[in-house]
Amino acid sequence: MSESVPGPAPEVFAPHKAPVSPPQASEEVEFVQLLTPEGERVEHPDYTFDLDDETIKGFYRDMVLVRRIDTEATALQRQGELGLWASLLGQEAAQIGSGRALNKKDMVFPTYREHGVAFCQGVNPLNLLGLFRGVDQGAWDPKDNNFHLYTIVIGAQTLHATGYAMGQQRDHAIGDAENGEATIAYFGDGASSQGDVNEAFIWASVFNAPVVFFCQNNQWAISEPIDRQTRIPLYQRAAGFGFPGVRVDGNDVLATYAVTQQALKRAREGSGPTLIEAYTYRMGAHTTSDDPTKYRLNEDLEHWKLKDPIERVHAYLSRHAAVDHDFFDEVEAEGNKIAAELRAGCLALPDPVLTDFFQNVYVEETPQLAEQRDQFIAYAASFEGEG
Amino acid sequence: MTKITLGKAINAGLRAAMEKDPKVVVMGEDIGKLGGVFRVTEGLQKDFGEDRVIDTPLAESGIIGTAVGLALRGYRPVCEIQFDGFVFPAYDQIINQVAKMHYRSMGKITMPIVIRIPYGGGIGAVEHHSESPETLFAHVPGLKVISCGDPVDAYWMIQQAITSDDPIVFFEPKRRYHEKAELDESVPPMPLHKAKVLREGTDATLLCYGPMVKTCLQAAEAAVEDGRNLEVIDLRTIAPFDLATIFASVKKTRRAVVVHEAPYSFGPGSEIAARVTEECFYHLEAPVLRITGYDTPYPPSRMEDDYLPDLDRVLDGVDKVMGY
Ligand SMILES: Cc1ncc(C[n+]2csc(CCOP(=O)(O)OP(=O)(O)O)c2C)c(N)n1
Ligand SMILES: [Mg+2]
Repeated sequence: MSESVPGPAPEVFAPHKAPVSPPQASEEVEFVQLLTPEGERVEHPDYTFDLDDETIKGFYRDMVLVRRIDTEATALQRQGELGLWASLLGQEAAQIGSGRALNKKDMVFPTYREHGVAFCQGVNPLNLLGLFRGVDQGAWDPKDNNFHLYTIVIGAQTLHATGYAMGQQRDHAIGDAENGEATIAYFGDGASSQGDVNEAFIWASVFNAPVVFFCQNNQWAISEPIDRQTRIPLYQRAAGFGFPGVRVDGNDVLATYAVTQQALKRAREGSGPTLIEAYTYRMGAHTTSDDPTKYRLNEDLEHWKLKDPIERVHAYLSRHAAVDHDFFDEVEAEGNKIAAELRAGCLALPDPVLTDFFQNVYVEETPQLAEQRDQFIAYAASFEGEG
Repeated sequence: MTKITLGKAINAGLRAAMEKDPKVVVMGEDIGKLGGVFRVTEGLQKDFGEDRVIDTPLAESGIIGTAVGLALRGYRPVCEIQFDGFVFPAYDQIINQVAKMHYRSMGKITMPIVIRIPYGGGIGAVEHHSESPETLFAHVPGLKVISCGDPVDAYWMIQQAITSDDPIVFFEPKRRYHEKAELDESVPPMPLHKAKVLREGTDATLLCYGPMVKTCLQAAEAAVEDGRNLEVIDLRTIAPFDLATIFASVKKTRRAVVVHEAPYSFGPGSEIAARVTEECFYHLEAPVLRITGYDTPYPPSRMEDDYLPDLDRVLDGVDKVMGY
C-alpha cells in the first residue's frame, strides 16, 4: 500500500512545472480493493469482506437508489425547482460502503455532497432538497438520524466531528468494538488543505478521539486537480499526525465497507482516529453551476466510467450470485418510484415566509429583533390587497 | 465605443495592472483555467502564466498569509476570495497581520495587498454565498474598504487599489457582474477615496454603494412621479468614507437615507448616521434613516427578495424622512 514519497522539489523555482507524485487517472493506483471493475472478487491480506450475497444485493440496491435520487435532483435543478445541486455521481460506493459500515449509535458529519450517507442513515431525501431549493438551510434534526447538518464551509465539520468524538470519549461511550460509539467526518480532497482539517487531525491524534476521517478523493476541488492540494497520496498524511491512514478503492463498495468498518471498530474500542482516503472520481460537474469542460478532459471521464461503482456490482451479481433478472428490474422500478415521490414532494414544499425567519436567531429573542420583525410584518401588510 | 460588463471591467482592470507592473500577482481558488467561478479572471493565466496567476490550494488563511510574505518580498498580491462567506478562515491573517504590519513596523513595512470579495445577495444562492460582511473589515484600523457600483468604477478602482500601498478589501457586487456600461478610457478616473454624486437632487439624499447603487437610482427615477427630487450618492469608499461629499449633500437636501444589504445594527449606515448627526445637526429636517438587510443571518434564498432592500423599501424610507 506504500507509495514512495518524493524528495525535495527539483532544481529550479518552477513549482507548477515540477513532476507531481499523485497518480494520474490513467496510472495504476495502489489501494485496498476487494471487487475489481470487472466484477471479480479479489483477496487482500489485511481486509476481508465476509458477508453474504444478500448484503451485496443490498449495497447494489442502495447505490442504484441514491444515483436515481441524485439524477432526479439534477433534473429538478435544470427545471428551475432547485437553485443548485451537488451531484454525488461516481461516489456511490464510497458513500454506501462507508455509510453501511456505521452502527446505530455512530455519528456522521457530512459535507454538502453526502446524499448517499444520508440515505444510509435514514434521512428523508426531501429534507436534503430544502437547502438546495432555498426554503431552509438543512432543517432536519441531527439527533433523529445521527446525521449532522450539511456543512458548506470547507473543512469546518472535521473539527466538529472531532469535538463530538471527544464528547463520546468523555461519556465513556467507547471501549467496546461492537457496542461503543464512533464519529465519522466526511470531507474532500480539496478540504485536506484547510487549516481546520489539519487542526482536526492534530486534536484527534493528541486526544485519541474516536473519529474516522473519511476523505473522498474525487480528484477535483471544483477546477483544481488533486496535485494542487498534495504531492503525496493523501492517506500518507496521517502518518505525520500519528495515526494510521489507508487508501481504498472508493469505487469498490465491498472494500470501502471493510476498510471503514475496521476503522470504526478501532475508534469504538478506544484505539483512536484513522484517515481513510477513498480514491474515486467526481463523474459530474462540481455542482449544477459548474462547467467542467473548461478545465478537464473528457478522456479522463471515459476512463473512470470503466470503473463505475455500480456496474461492477451488477457484473458480480449477475455472474457469481444466484440473482435473477427480476431483481435488477425491481430495484430500477423502486428507484423510479422514489424519484417520482421526491419530485412531487419537492414541488409541494411550502414557500417559506420571512416572518418565520426572525425566529431562531437567538434562543432568547432580543427586543430589538422583535421590533424589527414587527416592523417587517407591518410593512409587508401594507402591500396586501395590491395587485 | 463598446459596452463592457462589470465583471469584464474588473478583468480588464486586472489585465492593465498586470501589464503595467510585473510585481502584480493574482491568486485564489479556481482562478486559473476556470477563470474564477464568476469568470472575472478569465484568460489571465493563459496570458500571464502560472507564476502570476496562481491557482492556490483550498485554504483562505493560506491565500492571505502567503500574500503577506509575497508583499514583504516586493510583490503586489491581488487575492480572490471565492465568496463573501468564505473569507473567514483568512480573517485572522487579515485582521492581525495585514492590517497591522505597517503600524507595528513604524511604517517600515507596507502591505500593498488587494483582497477581492464578490459579495451581497440576490442571486438565489445557498447559504454563505450572499453575505455583506463589509463592516467586519471597515471597523478594523489599518484596512481600507471600497466597493464599485458600475463597470467604469470597477475598471478604474481595481487598478487604483492595486497601486495603493495600503491593504484594500475590494467588495464586488456579484449580482451586478453582468450590468453593462460604456467605458471610455480617455476619461480620467476620480480619486479612489471619493464619493460620486450620480444624480443631483434637492429633497433628500440616498447614500449607497455596490449592489444598491442601481436600486437607488431606480428609486430616484420612480420618486419623480411623486414629485420628489432625490440626490443619489455612490459612496464607493466605506473606509474611509468621503465625508465631505456626504456632508455637502445632506446640508443641501437636509434629509438622508442610507441603503445597504448588510444588517442594520452596527452597519456602515450607523456610522454615517452618527457622523451626519454630528456635523449637519442644525441642517437636518429628519433623522438619518437606514434601509438595510435585517439583523438575522442571510435567509434561505426563496425569501431574499423580502430580506434585501428594494425600490419599495427605499421609497418607504424616503416617505418617512419626508414625513418629519
Ligand atoms: C472555506 C471555503 N472556501 C471555499 C469554498 C468554495 N468551494 C465550495 S466546494 C469547493 C471545492 C471543494 O473540493 P473538495 O473538498 O475536494 O470537495 P468536493 O466538492 O470535490 O466534494 C470550494 C472551493 C467553500 N465552500 N468554503
Ligand atoms: Mg474533491
